[in-house]
Amino acid sequence: MTISLEPRNSPPERLQPTGWLKYLSFSLDHKVIGLQYLVCGFLFYLIGGSLAGAIRVELTSPLSDFMPREVYNQVLTLHGTIMIFLWIVPVVNGAFGNYLIPFYVGARDMAFPRLNAVAFWLIPPSGLMLITSYFINGAAQSGWTAYPPLSITTPAAGQIIWILSVLLLGGSSIFGGINFIATILKLRRPGLKLMQLPMYCWAMLGTSILVVLSTPVLAGTLILLSFDIVANTGFFNPSLGGNVIVYQHLFWFYSHPAVYIMVLPAFGLVSEILPIHSRKPLFGYTTMVFSIMGIVVLGLVVWAHHMFTSGTPPWMRLFFTIATAFIAVPTGIKFFNWVATLWGGKIALNGAMLFSCGFIINFVLGGITGVALAQVPFDVHVHDTYFVVAHFHYIVYGGSVFVIFSSIYHWFPKFTGKMLNENIGRLHFILTFIGFNLCFAPQHWLGLNGMPRRVAEYDPQFQLINQISSLGALLMALSTLPFLWNIFQSLLYGEEAGDNPWNALTPEWLTSSPPPVENWEGEAPLVLEPYGYGRRDSIETQEQKK
Amino acid sequence: MTSIVPQEQSSESKKNLSTEEHEDFRLFGLIAFLIADGMTFAGFFAAYLTFKAVNPIGPDAIYELELPLPTLNTVLLLLSSFTFHRAGKFLEKDEAKQCQRWLLITGVLGVAFLISQMFEYFTLPFGLTDNLFASTFYALTGFHGLHVTLGSIMIMIIWWQTRIQHGRVNKENKFPFEAVELYWHFVDGIWVVLFIILYLL
Repeated sequence: MTISLEPRNSPPERLQPTGWLKYLSFSLDHKVIGLQYLVCGFLFYLIGGSLAGAIRVELTSPLSDFMPREVYNQVLTLHGTIMIFLWIVPVVNGAFGNYLIPFYVGARDMAFPRLNAVAFWLIPPSGLMLITSYFINGAAQSGWTAYPPLSITTPAAGQIIWILSVLLLGGSSIFGGINFIATILKLRRPGLKLMQLPMYCWAMLGTSILVVLSTPVLAGTLILLSFDIVANTGFFNPSLGGNVIVYQHLFWFYSHPAVYIMVLPAFGLVSEILPIHSRKPLFGYTTMVFSIMGIVVLGLVVWAHHMFTSGTPPWMRLFFTIATAFIAVPTGIKFFNWVATLWGGKIALNGAMLFSCGFIINFVLGGITGVALAQVPFDVHVHDTYFVVAHFHYIVYGGSVFVIFSSIYHWFPKFTGKMLNENIGRLHFILTFIGFNLCFAPQHWLGLNGMPRRVAEYDPQFQLINQISSLGALLMALSTLPFLWNIFQSLLYGEEAGDNPWNALTPEWLTSSPPPVENWEGEAPLVLEPYGYGRRDSIETQEQKK
Repeated sequence: MTSIVPQEQSSESKKNLSTEEHEDFRLFGLIAFLIADGMTFAGFFAAYLTFKAVNPIGPDAIYELELPLPTLNTVLLLLSSFTFHRAGKFLEKDEAKQCQRWLLITGVLGVAFLISQMFEYFTLPFGLTDNLFASTFYALTGFHGLHVTLGSIMIMIIWWQTRIQHGRVNKENKFPFEAVELYWHFVDGIWVVLFIILYLL
């Protein structure tokens, strides 16, 4: 059975806003929705970044003199929640996924455009609700993990708003995931096989499977937690006969895959960017595909490595240590494939390439500390210290956020039709890279020496290192300024980009910049070799096929 | 199966770009959603089984369940799955009258389940916050009951929409019918698992 998307289903044309107003509308165009995700996410990034700045200012002195302890806890919770649920997850999945996946599969839009718009428009209200909770009796104080009994004993209003907000964001994420799975598996252009898709499609397929399988478990858990807070039940309340460990198991069943939900799409984006800017085919396509799927499967069975100090029995520790160590294998394959892609290539050191290389360096460092943390004896030593903070930020900031910036430099010409200034891009990279490493590398030392995380006050012996770390945070904050300047400058006065400024072969570059509403004038191009660089005929062949 | 208009027809499709023909994969999307929904239940079941294994309830607590009523509920739901299937057969044959009759029976069975469930709630000797078992029992059956409520409402909407004169669900447009049917079978399946885990184990 076939269905046709009749024009009668879409609102009359005069009701559709044009120009920049369409970015504030319930638009069904996947490109508009992608940019909505991106800009909305970036605004939340600025808020979350300011909160991180407040945390670092507080930590320049051992006493809690910049803000009271309760406020510090709220700022910490909001920082974590905003950065994860409102910046990284929506941007690496929603923004680039919505913009790129229909191009890559050769479709005119996502499989369910209306569901797509609903998924986006769940985000701004839940984000605003989360932030507003700070002004209503104070925001949640129990961190982004909301472990009971802490989350049951801290003020209820903020915690309940936090739960509602995360439930809405989880719903948005599930709708997005269903849409991506249907688009990639069902909406492919005839003649395009799965193994001919650009790598980002595979990354999004794997991520969406994780989203659909694990996010609902978090939703169920948070519903039970809210019962504990509001209805006085005792699921996770030991004084009423409940069991806090069950919460941790259920929570990490989502929240460990959540790390892959944040980083697998980044893997995919890097795999798109590296071949184009080093003019070489992506090395080891098939192994890349299998390692993504390997990470998806293994990622679902490693959650308890977050709980080695929660009284987990020895057999469980052994199993989860081994499973976690195994994840290093597919991840290592991907790392070596990226390096091999660069090897001997004609590398252009522009903003996109620099941020991607920065990602590779940071991610290896974060990966190494990750394998170290999977070992029970070491983990028991550094659990809940700044070592974990450093490891986590090397993965999500040094990994995902670097890739987001890299992708913005890479796809900005396609989004807007204007080139970004590469020199300002290089300055942005240098400031971010130095600032990031200055901020988080010393935290490994802090953690190894026993500074606990999530506490506003600390032993005075750690003051100097904390101040160095805060200096790095200041550099990171400053690095946003050249980036913003670059964006606005280029939007207004930037050089015209043309359709394909990078001489790329992936389908999104084979249309005009910015692309027309239905992606292509006429038939979608059939791109069977998205990474056929370095061969004399490759561009011409694609042109003919087009 | 093809997903977009084949190349030969492209001249036609150029006339109106917003018309893209592809296979109907709304059911595929619904299945993905039901998998997600099933994972929520899986989380609840896992929590319940762990509580049962690790957190024994005090000897004086009351947590015995009576079997007759939930068995009746199981029969009601299984019957309703069967009647829904019958309705589908008649929709296939374009016999709207018969289809509506069987849909109505399905809806009534769903509502009967809800009433019976309510009756059980009122007669049970424990309340929501009495002990861990009681809380989990109400959370699980309540979450399932919410699904049955939504399903019954949707069945009634479908029933109304299959009427002969101005109904929008018929042999040509049967996606809404299929979607609700799939959802209803899913809710039944969850009940069977829930019945086994909660009442029989």
